[in-house]
Amino acid sequence: MPNDPRSRTVGRPGPDRSGEEGRRLPARAGPRVRAAVRLQLSFPGTALSVRKVLQTVRTGLEPLALDPEETGTIELVLAEALNNVVEHAYPPEARGWITLNCHIAPDGLHVSIRDKGRPMPDGGPPLGQTAPLPETLDTLPEGGFGWFLIRDLSRDIRYSRQDDTNELCFRINLHRAEATAPGDPAP
Amino acid sequence: MQLTMRKLNGVDVVGVLAERIDAAVAIRFKDEVRAITSQSRGRVVLDLSRVDFIDSSGLGAIVAAMKQLDGQAALDLAGLQPNVDRVFRLTRMDTVFAIHATAETACPTHAQ
Repeated sequence: MPNDPRSRTVGRPGPDRSGEEGRRLPARAGPRVRAAVRLQLSFPGTALSVRKVLQTVRTGLEPLALDPEETGTIELVLAEALNNVVEHAYPPEARGWITLNCHIAPDGLHVSIRDKGRPMPDGGPPLGQTAPLPETLDTLPEGGFGWFLIRDLSRDIRYSRQDDTNELCFRINLHRAEATAPGDPAP
Repeated sequence: MQLTMRKLNGVDVVGVLAERIDAAVAIRFKDEVRAITSQSRGRVVLDLSRVDFIDSSGLGAIVAAMKQLDGQAALDLAGLQPNVDRVFRLTRMDTVFAIHATAETACPTHAQ
């Protein structure tokens, strides 16, 4: 089956995302049928841009009618992954651009993040094991939680470096998400 | 980032009047908590009831804020919204901080 024509890109305030609404509504729209959402955003690698992009993503995901916990998970994982690029791939004197792609599939939200900054050290994403809780207050960790959260809340993490571009891909399970993919035969 | 300070039944309560403690404000947050609690002795309660998002940078800033309190002081948390509460639980930082439902329950009157 072809891709659902209601797939759309939001983010850039594109003029035309109307006109296709209402077309090809699933005949058996039940709670497990999700709207098709596809987001592509490019933005400067700064913490404030990341904050704005997260707002744009929240808005873009509204057609999915996710529950607040799922939305929170997506926002948190994206925040951690994007802020890692801001803080580690791009040094302060050489800011660059980040491109974020998200789309919904039967097995959850698929995410790709690309940048042209420094490669990951050791050629791959950190393991992000839980920091052991030290006995004394003074040595409590103030950092290192980011990769732990990404690994805990996402699946299928892959990192690649091609030419001068880093790409990090992962998937976020949406737990009601035996979401029927657009075009799938109805159950 | 705006913080408020009030006394509730003798306890210093720092209110965070922002919806997010994230990477964009984490360092400023830590510095401002230090400034506003510089005279605090004993227990300080951080009222997070207006905060609906925190990331690992914000979590690190709260840990740092606790560590920079005077040695006699402790930092408790109150009013965690669900997505904030979850970050503390996932990272097990809920075992480090005393967490209260609200600032009021964190600071009961002496009569109770």
